[in-house]
Amino acid sequence: MSGESSVKDQAARDAAARVADYEHGWSADIEQEFAPKGLNEDTVRFISAKKNEPEWMLDWRLKAFRLWLTMTPPDWAKLNVPAIDYQDAYYYAAPKAKKVLGSLDEVDPEILRIYEKLGIPLEEQKVLAGVEGARKVAVDAVFDSVSVATTFREELKRAGVVFLSISEAIREYPDMVRKWLGKVVPVRDNYFAALNCAVFSDGTFVYIPEGVRCPMELSTYFRINAENTGQFERTLIVADKGSYVSYLEGCTAPQRDENQLHAAVVELVALDDAEIKYSTVQNWYPGDAQGKGGIYNFVTKRALCQGARSKVSWTQVETGSAITWKYPSCVLNGEDSVGEFYSVAVTNNYQQADTGTKMIHNGARTRSTIVSKGISAGKSNNTYRGLVRVGANAEGVRNFTQCDSLLLGKECGAHTVPYIEVRNPSAQIEHEATTSKISDDQLFYAMQRGLAQEEAVALIVNGFAKEVLQQLPMEFAVEAQKLLGISLEGSVG
Amino acid sequence: MLQIEDLHATIAGKAILKGLSLAVNSGEIHAIMGPNGAGKSTLGYVLGGRPGYEVTGGSVTFDGQDLLALEPHERAAAGLFLGFQYPVEIPGVSNVQFLREALNAQRKARGEEPLSGGEFLKLAREKAALLRMDMDMLKRPVNVGFSGGEKKRAEMVQMGILDPRFAVLDETDSGLDIDALRIVGEGINAIMRHPGKGVLLITHYQRLLDYVKPDFVHVLAGGRIVRTGGPELALELEERGYEAVA
Ligand SMILES: Nc1ncnc2c1ncn2[C@@H]1O[C@H](COP(=O)(O)OP(=O)(O)OP(=O)(O)O)[C@@H](O)[C@H]1O
Ligand SMILES: [Mg+2]
Repeated sequence: MSGESSVKDQAARDAAARVADYEHGWSADIEQEFAPKGLNEDTVRFISAKKNEPEWMLDWRLKAFRLWLTMTPPDWAKLNVPAIDYQDAYYYAAPKAKKVLGSLDEVDPEILRIYEKLGIPLEEQKVLAGVEGARKVAVDAVFDSVSVATTFREELKRAGVVFLSISEAIREYPDMVRKWLGKVVPVRDNYFAALNCAVFSDGTFVYIPEGVRCPMELSTYFRINAENTGQFERTLIVADKGSYVSYLEGCTAPQRDENQLHAAVVELVALDDAEIKYSTVQNWYPGDAQGKGGIYNFVTKRALCQGARSKVSWTQVETGSAITWKYPSCVLNGEDSVGEFYSVAVTNNYQQADTGTKMIHNGARTRSTIVSKGISAGKSNNTYRGLVRVGANAEGVRNFTQCDSLLLGKECGAHTVPYIEVRNPSAQIEHEATTSKISDDQLFYAMQRGLAQEEAVALIVNGFAKEVLQQLPMEFAVEAQKLLGISLEGSVG
Repeated sequence: MLQIEDLHATIAGKAILKGLSLAVNSGEIHAIMGPNGAGKSTLGYVLGGRPGYEVTGGSVTFDGQDLLALEPHERAAAGLFLGFQYPVEIPGVSNVQFLREALNAQRKARGEEPLSGGEFLKLAREKAALLRMDMDMLKRPVNVGFSGGEKKRAEMVQMGILDPRFAVLDETDSGLDIDALRIVGEGINAIMRHPGKGVLLITHYQRLLDYVKPDFVHVLAGGRIVRTGGPELALELEERGYEAVA
């Protein structure tokens, strides 16, 4: 056993050394923990070694990598994706190596300063200061690809909640990770998911034990910082029987010229009577007004409502990225399980978004609700793509879909592509869709009352998106409202 | 307070206002009457600065300031309020949210402190009560699903909250039932009859003027003021019609 692991360690060190010698005079100096540009099996080995991963994990990654090599990117979305040179990117970047931290106080002040600049609410400070009644928001701060701080671990521990970086979880809870990793989103699910499996550098693992209501909202802030750094987060959340968790994910990135690829995978598992609420505010760099630069966001998010009466609710506010390809979905296996998808997607300038959901009804009396609000401005394109599938054995399924598009200007596009596949005649499926414009009447009315044009646009847009925004936890909702206004600056008049 | 001189305005290249002159001193309420299509609403929109309404000649000064040089929201902050003939719906935005943002935007522009949520609600409650409007209505989205009369009453609640120095009220009386007409009339008096304020009351009927006594009545026809008189002019118009009088 120990012989095996030392062999593995040696192999990992060799891999790291090989990668290290590649080019750019890169060295194994711990101060500079960048893997060189490019992607091959050694890159995969290097990442795995850096993460101190067990053999099975490396094998899993390598298998995924080999599979990925045989796959092709999806081409069915209404997106114009420039060819991506996967060799012209970094797959591992870390800030300076630091000791494991016990609290945010120990975090590099420079990192905290950047978070502050990004307007991240510092609720955690209040909690650290012991402010009575302060809302407890645990922040698993991810700087570049490595978790540098995990707070409130103690309190969560008392509740039995596991909230770790996925790398730590692989080491500390290997059985649990192994049981579910790749079970919701299989390695071969799609091109980007396979790539993520091979090279994911970090992410989050959450386990809520049976009957536990997670005592705080869990949140992870991601930030892409290093030049040419691909980001491949991996999130796995398992809610055991009768448990509840609300998870917040938000991110933003600084101005950048180069396109950056982001291909995250998020897997959620809800067992009997469990509920997961997953909220995202996505504000990555969308490129400039001429369409130069910006993040490519190719995300695979899926939930398995495995247990009876389980429930998963996805809420997303997507304002950033040059290209968004994202379909948070629910596989409703458990009887009476519930899937929800609430989405606001804003595109401006040359942004492109193809986003929506899949509700796969396999269990009896499963229900789903889809509310999608697409807002297009500038020369952007915004597509809702949604699938509602009802299996032959699923009796009494219900779905309600509401898809609304709001257009600002004449050069943008809004598209709605619903797929409905019903194999059981007892299903009740409702689909409503509208397309509207911000009217001159509304703008003038709001301005006559005292709002500047951009404030008026923001107000009207927030009204349009309200059904979705009100699904967000309070502090997130406020942030998201501001974001909608900021994203549409300069889009009218 | 408001000085309109030889105002010319076009919509889509079509001349609508053709040399309109009018002066309102502070403390005065002026009624404007006139046939359909005469340009009454156009006058209101031009004063408000609505895009698409092009001023091709003349001037408007508001307390000595060139009103036409200001953006619509700047005119609002300067104290101009337009009661719309057809109030606009804004789905998903409650009256409370709308008015609080609007009021605080105006206050900010004037260098005043914003009102807190609590202070604003207190103010809103007070003005809703003045117009006998249920607070629940103010929690609903702006004008969405409001009846014609409710919309007009809501306009007056808005006016009460924003507390303008000058109001152009475009057919605020149309659509109101008999009781509502009285409530709105008394509301206008309570909010706007003030030595430092002025009102242009656009209406087709004498009934509103029974409650809100105008100092002057003007007839607007063919894009200009064709006749001006005292309150008795409205009665005369009601009796004999525009063609005979103007
Ligand atoms: N967008 C437009 N394009 C062309 N003509 C317009 C436009 N908007 C208004 N008009 C015309 O301008 C003229 C004045 O309209 P306005 O609404 O000011 O009349 P009004 O006096 O308020 O009438 P009413 O008593 O019916 O409310 C009308 O003949 C109307 O048809
Ligand atoms: Mg009119």
